[in-house]
Order: sequence, then structure tokens, then C-alpha cells
Amino acid sequence: MYNEENCRFLKTHEWAFVEGENAVVGISNHAQEEISDIVFVDLPKVGRVVKAGENCCVIESVKSASEIYAPVSGEIVAVNEALNADPALVNREPHAAGWLFKIKMANPAEVDALLDLAAYNATIGK
Amino acid sequence: MTHTLKKTALCAACEQAGGKMVDFHGWLLPVQFDSIIAEHKAVREDCGMFDVSHMGQIRIVGKEALHLLQYVSCNIIKSDASAGTYFHMLTEQGTIIDDAIAFCLSLEEFLVVVNAACVDEDFAWLTKQAAAFNVQVSNESDRWGMIALQGPHAVSVADKILPGVLNLPRFHIKEIELFGAKGYITRTGYTGEDGVEIMLPNGQIEALWNALLKLGVKPCGLGARDVLRLEAGYLLNGADANQTKTPYEAGCGWVVKLSKENFIGKAALEAKKAAGFKTQLKAFKLKTPGVPREGCKVFYQGKEAGTLTSGTYSPLFKGIAVGYVASEIAVGAEVEIEIHGRKVPAEVVKTPFYKNRV
Repeated sequence: MYNEENCRFLKTHEWAFVEGENAVVGISNHAQEEISDIVFVDLPKVGRVVKAGENCCVIESVKSASEIYAPVSGEIVAVNEALNADPALVNREPHAAGWLFKIKMANPAEVDALLDLAAYNATIGK
Repeated sequence: MTHTLKKTALCAACEQAGGKMVDFHGWLLPVQFDSIIAEHKAVREDCGMFDVSHMGQIRIVGKEALHLLQYVSCNIIKSDASAGTYFHMLTEQGTIIDDAIAFCLSLEEFLVVVNAACVDEDFAWLTKQAAAFNVQVSNESDRWGMIALQGPHAVSVADKILPGVLNLPRFHIKEIELFGAKGYITRTGYTGEDGVEIMLPNGQIEALWNALLKLGVKPCGLGARDVLRLEAGYLLNGADANQTKTPYEAGCGWVVKLSKENFIGKAALEAKKAAGFKTQLKAFKLKTPGVPREGCKVFYQGKEAGTLTSGTYSPLFKGIAVGYVASEIAVGAEVEIEIHGRKVPAEVVKTPFYKNRV
């Protein structure tokens, strides 16, 4: 759905997928494997305005909490409500049903500064 | 990493089984294998095994072995052959140095199993106190490997390797011979399930691990162990108990036997008990989703009331935690726990969260 070849990444393992004026945000497959056993996602509030690089979401696994950073600036316009009932969707489908939130981009050019898949893979030694 | 981590005799076997290795009090140990939730389920419903070789073994031998133990323990140490006693070793101030189990091998020989992080301190403390007694205290921690086999089917699995284990009573020890070496099996654990812990010399412990793997036992890590012990209401020394807390404050008043003639810390405990305790370890269950962790602040009636010492996500009970708060905050009270800046409603509940079947 949000095919990783078409996503751009942060070194901190978030991906952004451009969908019109919005960026859909999730975490990479590598990140979900490392976090494992996701049991709760503390999603941002719809309407919140975030800056690129801002900590705006927390993913909780049994053993640890991971902060999630906004890849781009803008307003949170949607969150993945399905994660409230089934947070492990992020483990099972990190690039599809396990997306986290959507940002209405304030400055779409910010996407260009993000890593492409090859550059991201290089950061994780792949 | 600034220091070399100690490896147990099972380290290579754990890595081979897919263990994600982490630094645990200076030991390289698996936090999980495939999934903490799957490992938790294995122990609650079937059988799992843990490398607990980092735990310490201290042997006390001599005519006054029992006397020394009674003096350093606030609990009454049982001296029936093969009986084990859970006890706390206290400072003169009545605060907790460590919690441990003393197993009676004979009236003149006891094996004390202690927490990994406390081995050196416990050994030094026992050695110091032993000067007044006719005993020898030896630290055998470096020579023993140890596997905890836990779960409703754990004892029947152990019985396949060590016939007769089914008859070993709870909290008792038995000397064994396995793979050509002498060791011990105890019917104990830290999970709230039935099970055994098996000690063999370092050279033989991997053979036992492999035999258990062949029987289909799931390797489990520290992550699952922490969830299981918190559900079962067991203290984690260093987090839920330390040298600023008495057993009373830590919810372990039952471990203290003030009827005993004398033990280290008795006078201080009597005085502190008479004065009352401002804070006590209480248990909390979140009412809405979230994962409470060590260090989260607890609020009662809008005011900060204490801090969590342990917290986790329990597959059975969701967000659970323990922490020190004002003694008067009773079971049933509504509190809030601050998690990542968000105040999450929680209820004070009784421990254990999980009532075991053993």
C-alpha cells in the first residue's frame, strides 16, 4: 500500500509516503522488528501542528517505549484509529495497515531532504 | 561498551537460539528470543526455560551454619532436610540487602541462591557475619550454570530427564546427577507457575539446555521473566527493594518473624514498625491503554504521591505496575500515572495480579 520503494525515510526509522497534499507516516520494517511486540501506540491528536523532527507519537512494546518523529512539518489531519484496538498491526504490516498518522504538509519540499530507500538501507547496514 | 560483559556458560547456546543479547547488571543475557508475548504465553500455558546462570550460589558449611543463617535472616530458616526458605537479608537499620532462598542440605550445610547483582555484596556480608560463627562461607557462583524451567508442564518435562522430580515438594531441593556431574534441582521459580530450577556445573549446563530444546521447551528471555514476575507479585531487588526500604514497606511483612530471638535489623524493624511507615509498595492497574514504566510519577487527588519502581504491559492484565506511595492510599483508590506527559487513570489493586496455580 505504502510500498517502501516509494517512501522516504528518517534515520530514526520513520517513513513518509506522499499522497497528494498529505504525507502518510509509519515506521520501517526494520524498526518494527527491532521494537517487536508492539502493545500500544500513543497517537498524536488530530489538529496538532508539528515541525519536522518533532517527537509526536510513542510506540510502546512490552520492553520499551520508542519516540516517533514527524518526518515533515504540518498539521496532523488523520491518525490510524485501528491501532487502538490492534497495535500489533504495526508489526504485521508496517507499510500498509500499520501506518500511524497523516500530516498535511506545510512545506512539501521537506520530503526531498529525506532519505530514499537505498540511503536508508545503508544506515541500517542492509 | 566501556566494560566487558560477563558471559554465562549458556551464552553461546542462547545466541544460537536467536536470543537478543543485552547488558543485565554486567551480564550478557537474552532479553528475548522471538517474542516476549509468545514466551510469556509458553510459560503461562505450557513450559519455557530461562538461562539464570548469572544468579549466585553461596554455600554455608559448619556446625553453626543454621545459626549464622538465622542471624542474617528476618525469616525463620527451615532446617528440615531439603527444605527451602525465602528470606531477606537486612542491614542493622532493617533495610533490604537482598532477597534469597536458603536450602537445607543438612543441619550443617546450606545452599543460598541469591540475586546476580548482589552476589559480591551478599558474600562479603555473610563472610563478615560468619566471623562470629563456626562456619565456612564459600562463593560458588562462578562454577554453576542454572536453568529455570517454568510452566504448568515444566515439572513433567523435568521428570523425563530426572525421573522422580514430580515427587519433589514445592520449595524443596534435591541433589542430582546428570551428564556425569553432580548438581541440584529445586522446585522454585520467579514466574508464578509451577516449575524447577536446575543447577549443574558450567561444563554440563549446555547439555541440559540442548536436551530441553529437544523436548520442545521454548527458550525465554529476561523480558518475559520480568512480566511474569511482576504479574506474580515478586519483588525485583534493586528496583522494588533496596537498602532504603524495610520488608514491611516492600509489602513483605510476612517474611519478618519478630518472634525470632534475634536477627540483624530486628531492633530497628521493631522501632520503625511502631512508628509506622509513610510510604509502602502498592500495586496499580491502568484503566485505559498505556504502558507504565519504572520512574513514572503517581498522582493521588491531583497531587504527586510517589513513583513507580516497576511497570510493564501484561498480556493478561494490560498496564500493571508497583511503586512507593503514601501508606494510606488503599486498595480500590483511584490514582493517575503520568506516562510521556499524559495522565492515565489507574486503580490501586491487591497483589499478586496473577494468582498462581501451584
